[in-house]
Amino acid sequence: MRNRVLMNGNDAIGEGAIRAGCHAYFGYPITPQNELTAYMASHMPEHGRVFIQAESEIAAVNMVFGAVVTGKRAMTSSSSPGISLKQEGISYLAAAELPAVIVNVQRGGPGLGNIAPSQSDYFQATKGGGHGDYHLIVLAPNSVQEMHDFTIDAFALADRYRNPVMILTDGRLGQMMEPLSLYTGKPPKPPAKPWALTGAKGRKPNHIRSLLLEDGALEKRNLALQAKYKTILTELVGFDEYLTQDADVLTIAYGSSARIAKGAVDKARARGVKAGLLRPITLWPFPKARIRQLATKVRGILVVEMSAGQMIEDVQLSVGDITPVVFEGRMGGAVPEEAAVVDALRRLNTQKPRGARK
Amino acid sequence: MSPTRKSPKTKSRNVYRRPVSLLERPTHFCPGCGHGTAHKLIAEVLDTLKIREKTIGVAPVGCAVMAYYYLNCDISEAAHGRTPAVATGIKRCQPDKIVFSYQGDGDLAAIGMAETIHAANRGENITVIFVNNSVYGMTGGQMAPTTLSGQKTATSPCGRDSRTMGAPIRICELLSTLDAPWHIERVALDGAAGIRRTRKALMTAFKGQMEGKGYSLIEILSPCPVHMRLSPRDAVLFIKEGMIPAFPLGVFRQEGKAIT
Repeated sequence: MRNRVLMNGNDAIGEGAIRAGCHAYFGYPITPQNELTAYMASHMPEHGRVFIQAESEIAAVNMVFGAVVTGKRAMTSSSSPGISLKQEGISYLAAAELPAVIVNVQRGGPGLGNIAPSQSDYFQATKGGGHGDYHLIVLAPNSVQEMHDFTIDAFALADRYRNPVMILTDGRLGQMMEPLSLYTGKPPKPPAKPWALTGAKGRKPNHIRSLLLEDGALEKRNLALQAKYKTILTELVGFDEYLTQDADVLTIAYGSSARIAKGAVDKARARGVKAGLLRPITLWPFPKARIRQLATKVRGILVVEMSAGQMIEDVQLSVGDITPVVFEGRMGGAVPEEAAVVDALRRLNTQKPRGARK
Repeated sequence: MSPTRKSPKTKSRNVYRRPVSLLERPTHFCPGCGHGTAHKLIAEVLDTLKIREKTIGVAPVGCAVMAYYYLNCDISEAAHGRTPAVATGIKRCQPDKIVFSYQGDGDLAAIGMAETIHAANRGENITVIFVNNSVYGMTGGQMAPTTLSGQKTATSPCGRDSRTMGAPIRICELLSTLDAPWHIERVALDGAAGIRRTRKALMTAFKGQMEGKGYSLIEILSPCPVHMRLSPRDAVLFIKEGMIPAFPLGVFRQEGKAIT
């Protein structure tokens, strides 16, 4: 395969997983992520790896659970309603500190919704999603190149932190084609996994457990998880900035919304509004500190999402009352229009800077 | 003092010992529970086949989850009912290892029915050990898919009415309609002979897996005196007189073929 190729986003994730050393993939059909499952069906066997079309999304995530307890890398993918079905399994993965990669190619919801792109699973992805106190590491690509690259990263991060990683993307990024450069490096080196179930030969049996009935044991496990999350919060925050240096108004958007927001920033600048864009790359951990820093310099923040406004809550938590935070978004598979974002930025630009806060 | 003790030439011979695959640990199970017997039989089979060090068990939600307290091999928990899916993941990633699931009736035949059927239909080279005691034990004796018609449980207080609650599901018969399973057999912990037959069935299943024959399921009718609301002795009688007529013992699939 040539290094520079034209691919859709779903395939780019599949090829990324293969190049990252994903040993097993388990999936179930659902639009708009079907290309990914089909890609893995075609290509995993070529590499001597495992592909199973599971009987359900629930079975698929639990097959991933089984695969990763052996120490091998494994992935599943789905789209919003299917990801809801996987939540129990994801909670178990997080509880047992198992490295796994889960891809959500989001579509419109709630319920069966539709098959158009959406970002309305942000809360589910970043706040836990299943039962219990846990976090996934959540990566938000905004191009086919990043769909590919972040998949490599996702496997490395999952191993590094012994934590499930979610790639939160949407139907548009999954289906559209763009040129990309394929990863040509070696798969990220996995750490030693002395906890893996490989047969108790010459050692005591290993157990993968999340049931902790002994007095105090579960609280202890939770404290250990929270300590790990704190480490991730300090080590892993990722974001991208565009023209924020001199910005009077800031827009914050992730994934494919960030592409619209970026276009809007250019248009706004052409009309004399000094706009800038911050694009979170890690949705959890969220780039709180940087947003708070930028908030002190701007007249206001515009959050653009394909939802009723979910990430905006994290922005508000980051910013407090330092600066006004407004929202522009569409729901149910509809996409925000660039012109509407430009208008919102222009309106925000008329805000008077509130007091002296440097 | 017996004369043999005095003779330095006479050594005592160890004729019975705890299997290495069984951890030395006092049981926490209720008096008369069948899990301890089932664990011991599995341990004996792992010892006999010398596979303890390459065996990985999957123990799901319910009393079955405690398997790692007793079995001296690698074990993973599984979410309720997802046991065959987890076992599938483990086996496909390590085909050279021996993988078994150890599931109760609620796990296998209610919440996990889809996983049960599809793992069997794919002919996964795993051994499923299905402990059928006709009730949900850990949660307090609720109605299971295998509860007998008329049997009183916490959630069928007037007895299971098969017209509205369904009749007991016969898993061996159900799975035997599939083409893929290699060995399907039902046995009962209803006395010494039943225990020996159970050991033999487990031996067949594990040996088959070692030889790459494919999917096997051993259903073990097992006492749960507390939730059968019987004494340990009467619980065994209940198996003989109540359960076996509803769940006939025998081999249902052998060497990949249905026994008719």
